[in-house]
Amino acid sequence: MRPLAPALAALVAALFLASLVTGPAEIGAGEGLRALVSGGEGPIPLVMREIRLPRAILGLMIGASLGLSGAAMQGYLRNPLAEPGLIGVSGSAALGAVLAIHTGLAATFTLALPLAALAGAGAGVLLILMLAGPRGGSITLILAGIAISALAGALTSLVLNLSPNPYAASEIVFWMMGSLADRSMTHVWLALPFMLGGGAALLGLGRGLDALTLGEDAAEAMGLRLARLRLTLVLGTAAMVGAAVAVAGAIGFVGLVVPHLLRPLVGARPSRLLWASGLGGAAMLLAADIAVRLILPERDLKLGVLTAIVGAPLFLHLIYKTRGAQA
Amino acid sequence: MTLLSLGNLSVRLRGRPILSNVTLNVGAGEFVGLIGPNGAGKTTLMRAALGLLPHDGESSLAALPPEARGRRAAWMPQARDIAWPVSVETLVALGRTPHLGGWQGLRATDRAHVDRALATMGLEGLRHRTATRLSGGEQAMALIARALAQDTPLLMADEPIAGLDPANQIATMAVFARLAHEGRAVIASLHDLGLAARHCTRLILLGEGGIAADGPPERVLTPDNLARIFHVTAHYATTPQGPVFQPLEVIE
Repeated sequence: MRPLAPALAALVAALFLASLVTGPAEIGAGEGLRALVSGGEGPIPLVMREIRLPRAILGLMIGASLGLSGAAMQGYLRNPLAEPGLIGVSGSAALGAVLAIHTGLAATFTLALPLAALAGAGAGVLLILMLAGPRGGSITLILAGIAISALAGALTSLVLNLSPNPYAASEIVFWMMGSLADRSMTHVWLALPFMLGGGAALLGLGRGLDALTLGEDAAEAMGLRLARLRLTLVLGTAAMVGAAVAVAGAIGFVGLVVPHLLRPLVGARPSRLLWASGLGGAAMLLAADIAVRLILPERDLKLGVLTAIVGAPLFLHLIYKTRGAQA
Repeated sequence: MTLLSLGNLSVRLRGRPILSNVTLNVGAGEFVGLIGPNGAGKTTLMRAALGLLPHDGESSLAALPPEARGRRAAWMPQARDIAWPVSVETLVALGRTPHLGGWQGLRATDRAHVDRALATMGLEGLRHRTATRLSGGEQAMALIARALAQDTPLLMADEPIAGLDPANQIATMAVFARLAHEGRAVIASLHDLGLAARHCTRLILLGEGGIAADGPPERVLTPDNLARIFHVTAHYATTPQGPVFQPLEVIE
């Protein structure tokens, strides 16, 4: 198990650098990195610092958020099919953003859209905590999450339905596909506190999630405070996923596939899977964001579309393999 | 020394009274067999005593903060949950959870407890196998080892020997009896009254919403109690090989 952490960290570092030197502007790798570090005047430092650096940092942060919260959610629900969007926060954050686009609020200032999405995520969390209560079981949480996701999805469709013109509708549709293009350091600073706070909360759940391997009853009898763990999980996941959706739109499959992929490599222990999935998610999203710029550079291929196109077959392959192992 | 003390413990589930006014003390050195027909409240009694169910009355364990309770009593639920394909060793090491603080990993003493628990249950050969791929009986043995690794003065187990082969059933009962002999206490719900009669130091018979009988096996497994609570007749004999108990017929 030991070599896994350095290997994943090295992979993330390599992909981070690769992300920095990928882009439509014809900038040599060495030249670009030198300009990034030393700064100075001219277009190259500008491109590197204002366009590519925030994009690479956001890829790292969002990928890590999705991977980590996916691993935590799977660990808590003891189900490999769980994903961070399950508690309805992605859906409600997207609804907030869509409303901001629809009302024209998004056009008034840069942060209007992400702030509206964060407000949506906050409303979603309040709703799920009210519905699932402080003492409810994991089934209540899943059902409440499904209900909130469905409601947010229906309201999003309603906004699309009522959109005044096709341009507004297409803007909403393209935003919902998820992308890291044209983001700035402002987006990084907006998302960072939520992701750091949420990440610290989720990483602290390791031992409790390990204990839950034995079921809720046995874990509780070993001293686990189940209600507190669940609250931390919901708040941590909501902070990370809400912030991710706010700055990048909905990006699926990372939180589902990455924990699944790495589980055998950490001896299936939920606590080790937390950090491994964080690193793995960062690597996957950085790689996907490099790919969207290389495959169709002139067509603005959306990141969320690519992760779903790559993620779904990968997931099918994993299911196929699991089926083989069980037979 | 008293390891568990219940005073007037009552449990209602969904408004239905399951147990009322159960008062009992379990001291060091006792191996208590909790017996009773299906639905008599054996699981409910143990879960309420641990504070896992809302209840009225007192339980010395439920009154403790969760972390301290985890160091005083180990609990092996009836559902043999192993959610992830972890190794048997990792599974057993989960029993050390209440003894670890903060971000601490397993210390040498923790590993020693895990090794001892594996050896006690005869699982050394399965140490590196994936727990979810073991047979049901082997999984049960691994989960008992997990509870042993918790190294608590009191062990509570819900039908620990269900599904085990005869050799493992007898071996497990002998392990529990030895724990009691060493000055700990074990409370196990059991359906095999023959094994209960042979190995337990004390039987608590649950029925009719409370404790129907409590005492040494020969005083609890009387024809009268068996007819009243279990509706069976039975043969009970004291032989040179120890007590022999065999249920015979259902009383219509």
